[in-house]
Amino acid sequence: MKPFVHLNGLVVPLDRANVDTDAIIPKQFLKSIKRSGFGPNLFDEWRYLDHGEPGQDNTHRPVNPDFVLNQPQYQGAEVLLARENFGCGSSREHAPWALEDYGIRAIIAPSFADIFYNNCFKNGLLPIVLAADVVAQLFVETAATEGYRLQIDLAAQTVTTPAGAVFEFEVEAHRKHCLLNGLDDIGLTLQHVDAIRQYEAQRKLTAPWLFN
Amino acid sequence: MSGQTLYDKLWQAHLVHTETDGSALIYIDRHLVHEVTSPQAFEGLRLAGRRPWRAGAAVAVPDHNVPTTHRDAGIADPISRLQVETLDENCAEFGIVEFKMNDVRQGIVHVIGPEQGYTLPGMTVVCGDSHTSTHGAFGALAFGIGTSEVEHVLATQCLVSKQSKAMRVLVEGELGAGVTAKDVALAIIGAIGTAGGTGYAIEFAGSAIRGLSMEGRMTLCNMAIEAGARAGMVAVDDKTISYVQGRPAAPKGAQWEQAVAWWQTLVSDDDAVFDHEVTLRAEAIQPQVTWGTSPEMVVAVTGRVPNPANAPDAVKRADWERALVYMGLTADTPISEITIDKVFIGSCTNSRIEDLRAAAAVIQGRKKAANVTLAMVVPGSGLVKQQAEQEGLDKLFIAAGFEWRDPGCSMCLAMNADRLEPGERCAATSNRNFEGRQGQGGRTHLVSPAMAAAAALAGHFVDVRAF
Ligand code: SF4
Repeated sequence: MKPFVHLNGLVVPLDRANVDTDAIIPKQFLKSIKRSGFGPNLFDEWRYLDHGEPGQDNTHRPVNPDFVLNQPQYQGAEVLLARENFGCGSSREHAPWALEDYGIRAIIAPSFADIFYNNCFKNGLLPIVLAADVVAQLFVETAATEGYRLQIDLAAQTVTTPAGAVFEFEVEAHRKHCLLNGLDDIGLTLQHVDAIRQYEAQRKLTAPWLFN
Repeated sequence: MSGQTLYDKLWQAHLVHTETDGSALIYIDRHLVHEVTSPQAFEGLRLAGRRPWRAGAAVAVPDHNVPTTHRDAGIADPISRLQVETLDENCAEFGIVEFKMNDVRQGIVHVIGPEQGYTLPGMTVVCGDSHTSTHGAFGALAFGIGTSEVEHVLATQCLVSKQSKAMRVLVEGELGAGVTAKDVALAIIGAIGTAGGTGYAIEFAGSAIRGLSMEGRMTLCNMAIEAGARAGMVAVDDKTISYVQGRPAAPKGAQWEQAVAWWQTLVSDDDAVFDHEVTLRAEAIQPQVTWGTSPEMVVAVTGRVPNPANAPDAVKRADWERALVYMGLTADTPISEITIDKVFIGSCTNSRIEDLRAAAAVIQGRKKAANVTLAMVVPGSGLVKQQAEQEGLDKLFIAAGFEWRDPGCSMCLAMNADRLEPGERCAATSNRNFEGRQGQGGRTHLVSPAMAAAAALAGHFVDVRAF
């Protein structure tokens, strides 16, 4: 996993609430048995005017000029600004894979759906919760300023606007540690092998049917 | 000190290790696996040279990609076929029990877990699938995970997690005739919103919940994720225990006695304190129909499509306007005037035997309306299908012009050949009405099985109570 420390990223505003993971990456792309290559199909049904299928060459497809990701000023964006309950619906980790593959490194929203939020951290993506009025203000500023960028400092847990306003955000210590260092969870959990074995031995006595 | 909630009890029974920041390692008893969210996890194990920590805790089934007709001919779409074959190969390589596509026990992962007794009270149950919340109906702690976590559970039998807050949704009183668990679920989501449960594990309680069958409780817990909750659950009672008894993977003999003794303690203590509580009156719940592109966009069948002018705020107004455009609906239209093109009865929400019986009971010798081009019934598992056929339900459906299919996820998410065409409108018993969910440009209205059957006969939505 790529570590996440600092980012000074161009912001793309996606002004919708309840953006679901079906919209982030439609189901036909879930047939892949790979973990990469989903970027060109990120938001496929909103981004293109035709129906996309896996394995297609996306460079010749008709794009929807109205969709924000297609607008020239947002090319190369690394920060996605969104409304409440971002990432709701299906648990598909293909959603963060697609965002990451596209080049998004951080998402800012007033709230995230739980499984999606979890999945982001496993893939070097930082989901940032800011108060709804702050997010609303960032939408206004992004619309008003071409090339609007935000500075994100994970160690300090801050988002800084071009005008110098600083907003703090919360992140669990364990998740922050993994993200800052690009650590994979499995290795960390396996440091607790003895505790897991001990739990199992105890549980076999009290609930033996679980081990049939 | 106040008493414990059911959720507290389940959480504590599975704690392996706690970190100073409150994140914990919790033990996973049951891991359900399907073909869509597992290939990259198995690949990860292989790359790291790891083996499953306890292969016996996992059970696998292909469900999302399987065809619902001519199954003997195999899967026509090569990409779908590869995904199912990859599951077969991974299960063989890593020693995981799998019910393959042509096994009579195959079905939707959330239907077969309980059916086979792999889901038991008091367990932690996970699956790389958001509707894992279904299994909470058994007084289990069940939740969906992503593919990295699928790999994590395979490798360690544990997950890193943090205890959620506890919410109780009480539904008191008696449900009216024709009002089902699906309507309760939609009414709750309508009341608290699709983000209303975010950060919470929800316990559904109250006399109306106690009155639900296990099938009904599964329908309700299934939809807990649509309210944003981490998990949904219902306390153990006699119905839970008798449903489990005799299932192939349920404990037997002395172990059964020992298990039941523990299971009976899996209720919230009388003095337990919840972080949040919501109460609904059962009598006030009517058959529900969603009108928009989020499950919270729902009204009673007697109501009208809402008017964005009445939306509570600007963000919602824009959402409603966009939803109306996508759904091809005009504000203030009575729900009963919305005509439909297709009907889908199935999915992990409503494809169990009780659901099929409820739909069949509405038919009573009538036929589907001429404007309904396809009405399909997709049983949740091979065993549900068999049971329904023994009861003669298939004949009732077929005589009414419905198609009787083989089990799988089917048109719930249209990963196989079953899908809506752009602009087509569907009455569906599934759980998501998102844009494109049932096919690009498809328009989904979520309803109960009885309401779907009634809509198929009438050609538009109707109040099943007056039908
Ligand atoms: S039936 Fe639908 S919601 Fe349920 S597991 Fe299958 S695709 Fe997911």
